[in-house]
This record gives sequence, structure tokens and C-alpha cells, in this order.
Amino acid sequence: MALSGLEIYKHLPKTNCKDCGFPTCLAFAMQLAAKKVSLDKCPHVSEEAKKVLEGASQPPIRLVTIGTGENKLELGNETVMFRHEERFYHPAGIGVLVEDTLDDNALKSRIDKINKLKFERVGREIKIDLIAVKNSSKSAAQFAKVIKAIVEKTKLNLILMSENVGNLKECIKVAKEKKPLLYCATKSNYQEMAQLAKEHSLPLAVHAENLEELADLTQKIVSLGVQDLVLDTGPKSPRKKICDLTYTRRMALKKTFRPLGYPTIVFTQSSEPNDEVCEAAGYVVKYAGIVITKGAEPWQLLPLLTVRSDIYTDPQKPVQVEPKVYEIGAVKKTSPVLVTTNFSITYFTVAGEVEASKIPAYVISCDAEGMSVLTAWAAEKFTAESIAKMLDTSGISGRISHKNVVIPGYVAVLSGKLEEESGWKVLVGPKEASGIPSYLRSMAS
Amino acid sequence: MALELLKERWSSAINVLKVGAVKEEGGTRASAITVGGQTTLPFLLDEGGMPHRPVVAMEIFDVAPLEWPVSLLEPFGDAVKDPVKWAKKCINEFKADLICLTLKGTHPEAENISADKAVELVKNMLKEISTPLIIIGSGDKEKDNDVLARCSQATKGENCLFGLAAQDNFKTLVASCMADDHCIIADSPIDINIAKQVNILITDMGFKPEKIAMHPSTAALGYGMEYVYSIMERSRLAAFVGDKMLAMPFIIFVGQEAWKVKEAAANVADEPGWGDERMRGPLWEAATAVAMLHAGADILVMRHPEAVATVKRSIDSMMKGNND
Ligand code: SF4
Repeated sequence: MALSGLEIYKHLPKTNCKDCGFPTCLAFAMQLAAKKVSLDKCPHVSEEAKKVLEGASQPPIRLVTIGTGENKLELGNETVMFRHEERFYHPAGIGVLVEDTLDDNALKSRIDKINKLKFERVGREIKIDLIAVKNSSKSAAQFAKVIKAIVEKTKLNLILMSENVGNLKECIKVAKEKKPLLYCATKSNYQEMAQLAKEHSLPLAVHAENLEELADLTQKIVSLGVQDLVLDTGPKSPRKKICDLTYTRRMALKKTFRPLGYPTIVFTQSSEPNDEVCEAAGYVVKYAGIVITKGAEPWQLLPLLTVRSDIYTDPQKPVQVEPKVYEIGAVKKTSPVLVTTNFSITYFTVAGEVEASKIPAYVISCDAEGMSVLTAWAAEKFTAESIAKMLDTSGISGRISHKNVVIPGYVAVLSGKLEEESGWKVLVGPKEASGIPSYLRSMAS
Repeated sequence: MALELLKERWSSAINVLKVGAVKEEGGTRASAITVGGQTTLPFLLDEGGMPHRPVVAMEIFDVAPLEWPVSLLEPFGDAVKDPVKWAKKCINEFKADLICLTLKGTHPEAENISADKAVELVKNMLKEISTPLIIIGSGDKEKDNDVLARCSQATKGENCLFGLAAQDNFKTLVASCMADDHCIIADSPIDINIAKQVNILITDMGFKPEKIAMHPSTAALGYGMEYVYSIMERSRLAAFVGDKMLAMPFIIFVGQEAWKVKEAAANVADEPGWGDERMRGPLWEAATAVAMLHAGADILVMRHPEAVATVKRSIDSMMKGNND
């Protein structure tokens, strides 16, 4: 947290002995507040003061881990309200609900379906992270059986949900190696739940209907020795939910209010399949730590996971695609060749228009340090030389029977030089990608 | 101990934009559409107001867009061949708040439909439908300057929303809209400085700022949506602390971008792991729209009836309890 210089000063010895290299304790405190020196430069600070001051340097939203190994899910430790201020760091965990009332066949087909929720797009795999197993049957034996089947058949992380602490206790041995999230501690059961979480070193979800009661409860649980908490304010309208998520994040970041300094979990309320995804998408963009849906259709999860990848993209870094030759459609040796930059939006816009034209073509993305065509051209990152080099080294010549290349209309001025440098015949394409389909069609005819 | 939540109170509001004019105002619309006026980030109704809910315009073309994926064409049937019939279907069956007519066919490289014909269509459209109208050019600057100016003149008093006015081509359209008392869309390429600059250029000509809608660009989910999202958030935050040249409501052309990408359009036969495109396509469009709503979108221009219905329900659910 940001303690002020004066607040820090209160905890220093106030002897002005100068051993830290500063003339006074206050001067040292000011530098500490500005994060310009570290506390260990003062050899005289008491253990107690150290605790307070180091506690204050903990991240405002605790990093909580669910699961183990390479599949583990890390949540929290976010630093900003808006992604443009820095970035969002730990992508929201996305999971699907499984109730333990399913019979064997239904369970098997649900798990099979869930296991298929991984998608390859833009050269990256995106997939769900979690299964939330709900003890709707209220039977410990049934709960254990379903958890066991899930543990055996998936690598996904788990949330174990039961209102009955006894049932959780009994079933934990089936899944504790997977470090599941226990759901959930409430006003009435928190002592037992905290005990269970502590015994097995598991993260614990905490539920209360409003933020005030929630803050109260987390403080009690922390005092029992459990710190890896995930917050839930229960079912309410999506709008209220977004308010809860926003205020939780804001109180943690702007007020360093530790009782709410944890990641959050949300379960969708809508039952209509499209509505459910839209509701979940809202939670993903507005700060949710975990979002659990009932729907498990690929056409539901693909957009939801994509919303997450978009929002958690680092805004400082221009997103780039690998500079290389891309085949769009069933290309032949006579198919046209288009060049563009490796800025992902530029590339995908071009690729999308080529695809829409239904005329197969090669698109070569040139390394322009992730800039768009005009920006790269102005910065001399997209030049006759760099395009010529790409034509030469990308291996495109071996794949086609012609030597014609289409360049973006905005860099028409490069034509002459590029013809000289490369020996290719240069054709000037449209300025905007939206003109590509008609351009390609007229080329073909 | 009572927990006091930290609430933001902003000093400035987003402009209120009214599209369409009723009889008393010199137009012929049954009612106008009003957006904007927010004093809070999207849907944080506990700390500020959203006096006007976001609206959905359905986009139709002057020529049948036969290149659209089947899953998008299907719900309209033969109506896509007749813009007026198409618009009516959108309003009556699919509950569009207003219509966005894109004059794509006027492009010299498309059907090169004449300005006369475009004017005829626009006039006929206004006669046949009762909602406000958004009119968008073909993207060919020269032709747009002719076609849109003529359409503006022919619809004087109707308070249509015309677009797009961009940094390198705004004067003709601004002059027309000002003379004929229409609203205008200020277009910019995912760049907050240019967005502001276009608004300055337009208002410098004497155009009223409260008749401008901003288009900060649109990108589909998975294809740069987050860039637009952050530009919108930055722009809103600046407006709330007093930047009048960023205080215009947003218009976002969701349908046009979402349906370009293969995640929306591809057949399940080509992408078996992605599920039925009849479910996936509309949801891709709806999910893009929902992300834009959470960034502050005021007017969403959309295409698929199922996506429109989903997004309207989403708006309802987010506005619920406005007064509690
Ligand atoms: S070393 Fe510690 S006690 Fe001595 S002046 Fe610095 S801060 Fe004060």
C-alpha cells in the first residue's frame, strides 16, 4: 500500500543517527514512501515496525493459486482499474458447472464435452480452466464419486461446492492433490471451513450477500490463519454484480482495503444460452477473477474465452503475428500474393477480406515491428528493401508460378523501388482492406 | 462498522444526442431516439446516471448483400432485395430501435448507383418507416460527398445521423448536415487524439457538438476489440473530467466487423470444433456488442436479429434497478 512518509516515520526509531545514509529519520521515511530505498537500510528498526511496514508493501489484491503444476490457475494481484493504465495481469479463470446429480452416462458426456472446450485461434490455444462440482445431491458418497470421475478424466482445476462442510471433509481426499478451491465459507460455517482449508492448505471461497458482511467475514477467516481467499457476493442482478466487482477492485486498489483485497468468483444467473454468455462476458471485462457458466457448448465458450484473451492482452505491446507466408483458402501456384505488415489487426483485417473474397491467396506479413501499414511506412519499417527481403527469404517463390506481388495502396510510392530491388512485378492494391475482395475479383477476371 | 464504498463523482457529463425529429420539430418520425447524458461509467448506476439507455440500430443496404454468410442472410429471406421491406422487417419483427441505411451500392466500384437513385431510396424509406434513420456512405470519398450532400438536402428537417466524417474528408458533409440540421458521425482510426481532432475540426466549422456521435473505429471480438475498448474508456474518463471535445456519445458498427471474421461466419463443416454457426455467428456479434456496451457504446449498429434480441435483453438486464 502506499503509506505516506509521515505514517512510515511514526514507526522509525526517530534517533536521526544517519546510519541509513540520510540526515534524519524523516528524510529516510520520505524516500521509503517514494519507494527509492528499502527498509533494510535502517539497521535499528524494530521487528514490530518491520512487520507493519512490510505488510504495507503486500500487493493490494492477493495472488491466489488454484491447482498445481503447469495447469495451475493464478488469480488476483491486479494493479489497475483500467487496462490502458498498465494492463490486466492474471486472466480470469473460466469454468463450467457440473452437478453431482448427473447419472453416469450424463456425467460422462458432460465431461467429454467439457474436455473439448479448447480452441486454436490466431495461432494460440485458448481453453477453459476449471470445473465447478456442485454437491446438489447433498450426498457425500455421490459427491465423492463424481469428483473422482472428474479427477480421472480431466486435467482441469476444480472447485468443490457444498453447503455441507461434512461432505467436503469426506470428499477432500479424492481431490486434494489437485489443490481445489473450497466453496464456500459463510457466516454460519466459516470456522469449520477455515479449519478444513488450513489443514489441507487449500484456497477458500467466502460468501456473504454484501461487501460489508464479506469484509467482516474475511477478517475473521484471516485471523484463523487462512489467507488464500476468493470473494463471492452470491446471486443478484448482473448490474448489481458489476457494481460489487467494481467496488471490490476499487476498494482494494484505491483504499488498500485489505478485507476486500482478494480475487472474486461469479456464477452466471441467466438460463438462456446467449444471455448467459453475454452476462459472463460482462463479468470478464469488469474485474471478475473466476466466471463459472452452466452452458458448455463450444459456440458459447469460444466467444467468452476470446473476450478474456482480448481484455487481458498487454496494451503496451503491439500485438504481432509471425512474419511469414500465410495461405488463405485452397491456394494454387497461380494464386495472388499480397504483402502487408505483421501488426495483428492489419494482418487479420487483410486475411479476413481475402477470406471473404473466396479467392484463395497468399498473404505475406512482413516484420514491421507490429506497426500498421502507414505508421510502419512513415517509420521506415515497411520499405522496398524490407519487402524485397521478405519476398526473397520467405520461400514464396518456390510455391508459386508467377512473380506478381500486390502491395497496399497506401504505399504505392514503393512500387518502382520494389520492382528494382526484388525483380518482381508490383501491383498496387486498394488502400483500405475492404477493397480487397473487389480487387481480387477484378484481378481474377 | 459500516463499510463506506469509494464512489466516483465526475464533474462533467456526456452530451445528449437526439436523432430523428417528430412533426412538431419539422420531421415526420413517430418518435426520436435520445442517447448519452451519462454521468457515470457504464452501468455503475450507484454512483451516477445513465438517463438514456444504449440503443440498437439494424443495418440494411441499398443493394442485397448476397456475399453475407447464409446464417446471416437466412432470417431476412427475400426482404434483403428490397431495402424498404428489409427495414420494415427489422423494425416490426426484430424490434430495431432505428435503421442504419448503408448506401454501399453507390460505390463506383460496386453498382455505382446514382445520387438521384440514392435520394429516391432515402425519401421513400423515410416515408415508409417511422423510426429515425442513420445514413452511411459507401466509403468512396468523392461519391459520398455528392450522394450524402444530396440525401441531406432531400431529408432536411428529419434530423438523420449522417456518416462518416473523417479527418481527411469532413467539410462537405459537415456543411450539408449543418445546413439541413442533421447529426453527424465523426470517424477516427483507433486513435484518441485523432478522435478529438475530428470533433474539433467539425465544431470549428460552427457545427453543434451535441449533434455529433463519435465512431472511435470498430473491431471484432478477437480482432483488436480491446484497442477500441480502451480508446473508449480513455475517452470517457477524459470527458468526465471536463474534456468537451471527447464528450460525444459513441456509435459502434458491430455487425459490419463481427461478420467479417471466420469465428462468426465459418460453417461448422469447416470448423467442427466450434459448433453450429447458426448459434455461433449471432453470439459472436452479440458478445462483441456487449464488450462495447461495457466500454460505453451508445448506438450499436448490428445485423443478425438473434444478436439484436440478445443484446437488447442484455441492455435490459444491465439497466434493471436504475432507480433502486
Ligand atoms: S538509520 Fe534508522 S534510525 Fe538512523 S537515521 Fe536512518 S532511519 Fe533514523
